[in-house]
Amino acid sequence: MTVVWGIVGMLVGVWIAAELLWPQLNMDIPWLTYSRLRPLHTNAVIFAFGGSALFASSYWCVQRTSRAPLFLPWLAKFTFWGWNLVIVLAAITLPLGITQSKEYAELEWPIDILIAIVWVAYAVVFFGTIAKRTVSHIYVANWFFGAFILAVALLHIVNSAAIPVSLWKSYSAYSGATDAMVQWWYGHNAVGFFLTAGFLGMMYYFVPKQVGKPIYSYRLSIVHFWALIAVYMWAGPHHLHYTALPDWVQSLGMVFSLILLAPSWGGMINGMMTLSGAWHKLRDDPIVKFLIVSLSFYGMSTFEGPMMSIKTVNALSHYTDWGIGHVHSGALGWVAMISIGSMYALIPRAFGRPQMYSIPAINLHFWLSTVGTVLYITAMWSAGLMQGLMWRATEADGTLTYSFIESLKATHPFYAVRLAGGLVFFSGMLVMAWNVWRTLKTPSLQPMPNAAEVRA
Amino acid sequence: MSDFWSVYIIIITFAMMIGCLWLLYANARGTPGESTGHVWDDDLREFNNPLPRWWLNLFVLTVIFGAGYLAFYPGLGNLAGRLGWTSTKQMQTRLDELTAKRTAIYASLAGKDIPALARDPSAQSLGRAVFLGNCAGCHGTDARGAIGFPNLTDKDWLFGGEPEQLVETITHGRHGVMPPIGLGLTPEARQALVDFVPFWSDPKLDAAKREAGQKQFAVTCAACHGAEGKGNVALGAPNLSDDVWLFRGGREGVTETIMKGRQSTMPAHETILSTDEIRVVAAYVYGLSHATAAATPEDAENGEKAEKAEKQ
Repeated sequence: MTVVWGIVGMLVGVWIAAELLWPQLNMDIPWLTYSRLRPLHTNAVIFAFGGSALFASSYWCVQRTSRAPLFLPWLAKFTFWGWNLVIVLAAITLPLGITQSKEYAELEWPIDILIAIVWVAYAVVFFGTIAKRTVSHIYVANWFFGAFILAVALLHIVNSAAIPVSLWKSYSAYSGATDAMVQWWYGHNAVGFFLTAGFLGMMYYFVPKQVGKPIYSYRLSIVHFWALIAVYMWAGPHHLHYTALPDWVQSLGMVFSLILLAPSWGGMINGMMTLSGAWHKLRDDPIVKFLIVSLSFYGMSTFEGPMMSIKTVNALSHYTDWGIGHVHSGALGWVAMISIGSMYALIPRAFGRPQMYSIPAINLHFWLSTVGTVLYITAMWSAGLMQGLMWRATEADGTLTYSFIESLKATHPFYAVRLAGGLVFFSGMLVMAWNVWRTLKTPSLQPMPNAAEVRA
Repeated sequence: MSDFWSVYIIIITFAMMIGCLWLLYANARGTPGESTGHVWDDDLREFNNPLPRWWLNLFVLTVIFGAGYLAFYPGLGNLAGRLGWTSTKQMQTRLDELTAKRTAIYASLAGKDIPALARDPSAQSLGRAVFLGNCAGCHGTDARGAIGFPNLTDKDWLFGGEPEQLVETITHGRHGVMPPIGLGLTPEARQALVDFVPFWSDPKLDAAKREAGQKQFAVTCAACHGAEGKGNVALGAPNLSDDVWLFRGGREGVTETIMKGRQSTMPAHETILSTDEIRVVAAYVYGLSHATAAATPEDAENGEKAEKAEKQ
């Protein structure tokens, strides 16, 4: 399902990128307007594609590294069906215009309740399995998966608190600047825990596994784990610089976003240095390429993030396509590529096949993903910088030099490059789908281990 | 914020920073190349390498920078920071600077009438900026308008193109209404209008149709648009005898107009723009349809003559 939802999510992404280039593509059908498809795209790639990859890899990892089968396998099955039901409901309600209007938390209250139930079930299965483990130490990947599961439960429940007025309409429990702050406390930690801690868990299992080397430093993993989960919680206010949020909250958000640089890089260093002594794998094994290049993009985005949180930089970058570029260097470069690499490692193992059907196809996918990501993010960086500079340009008397529409016209060519990048990345996903399909069609060599519990 | 919460924030902020430093201190040492001895899933192991020195330094530096920043800027609860900076003060300072500059610039333009401002390149660039920020949303950056929004670069004016009329339009806004007059007409009467009005300026129009149409027009439309179809600037009724169409022309467009009516609004800008700004933007718009208004003094003079000739 990771692959399927990845394709659906990215197809919607490519479609809305094309709508920005040719607005008439919405064909005047309300369900297909950019405003409704954009949240569908973000929900599909984050929660459907990313979420499925996290469920699959965490269930796999926690069993292998705890030497114990899943706690309550039927509950694990429930999380699979429950989560997919959430995704289907999202795909129906968002195009219909049913939304709470909170970014990355658009789904209305009945779906929010279902998410909360599935998530608590997920936590029970995961921590139950940890409790049943037959090895004394908890593996580092499981720290990250555990932190991700606990924090997302907390974030989701607090931010989605709302007062329903009908089945498909509710109002937030908070108001004004408080509501905005709660939303971005959620929003930034969705990045920090869902898209970072969870995927670091994936990284900590699949990188040493695929490379066949020990993790570089246990001490580094301790320091960056605790620092990362503690400091992330403070970074949300940088989404609200120069707004009605009190100055002191903005300052704290900026300061802790800067402090977050080192803890983020700790994960990158630990992953990359695991490869020391086995650098040739970067040439020979396309799965290792995916994993290590994703770490480079992770390092790049987590450098860019703290820089953008500095107030004076933010004054230029905020509200421009630079933000979109930043998000996608994380989303395509880090999240998608680490997931793709992990899935290529996991799928043959989970289904008892010796390896993926076609290794050259993985290599092709790697290059499509890398080229697609680079095209996308450079287009958006350039567009964002240009927009920021055009919007702030003023005449001697303080009036704006450019009208908004002029900046939009200037952005148009960059939107074409972005669409091209998205199409290239998307075509890589189709190669992956074909490869997975062929892998599953080859006869299995050994009995499937844990196949009942693992759903990729 | 009460003192309690202020102190609470100061304490947890420092606890976070000191906690990070303690975490680094407690884990900085390790033995390069030594394994921790833990094994998971057959082959997953860990080295006990020390923290990379450059990374550790980077971490400590960011914490020191953070503490320093909070000493100078607001962040620790109610403490204002040594610089006493607030975003409100920053905005006010910038605003005061700009206001001073603007006052000086506008002072140099005082006393000039609108045609004179339209010939003054500095006033034109000011006017263009005001136009782009306030008018281009409807009239377009090139001021050529769109369906329902008039083109400001031609000589066809709904409410008049004289300087004082332009100032009045911008200051108090305008409201143009075309009633759905076709609803009360017989199909034949409607047909007569639709066969005639869109083609008024077309000399090839069939004479019988022109006559029938003009007859119906005199009864139904002339009250606002005038017997000659030249329009009426007092009402904002458009000139129908030319080939300029505010809404869509042609049979379909005119049918829609007479069956559904039209409404268009130019919003009042007296609360948005200052009197000075209204004058420079009116001069900019005036200049758009008086193309000679620029470049050399000679051109400007010629322009003025041409203008006078036109008025006579």
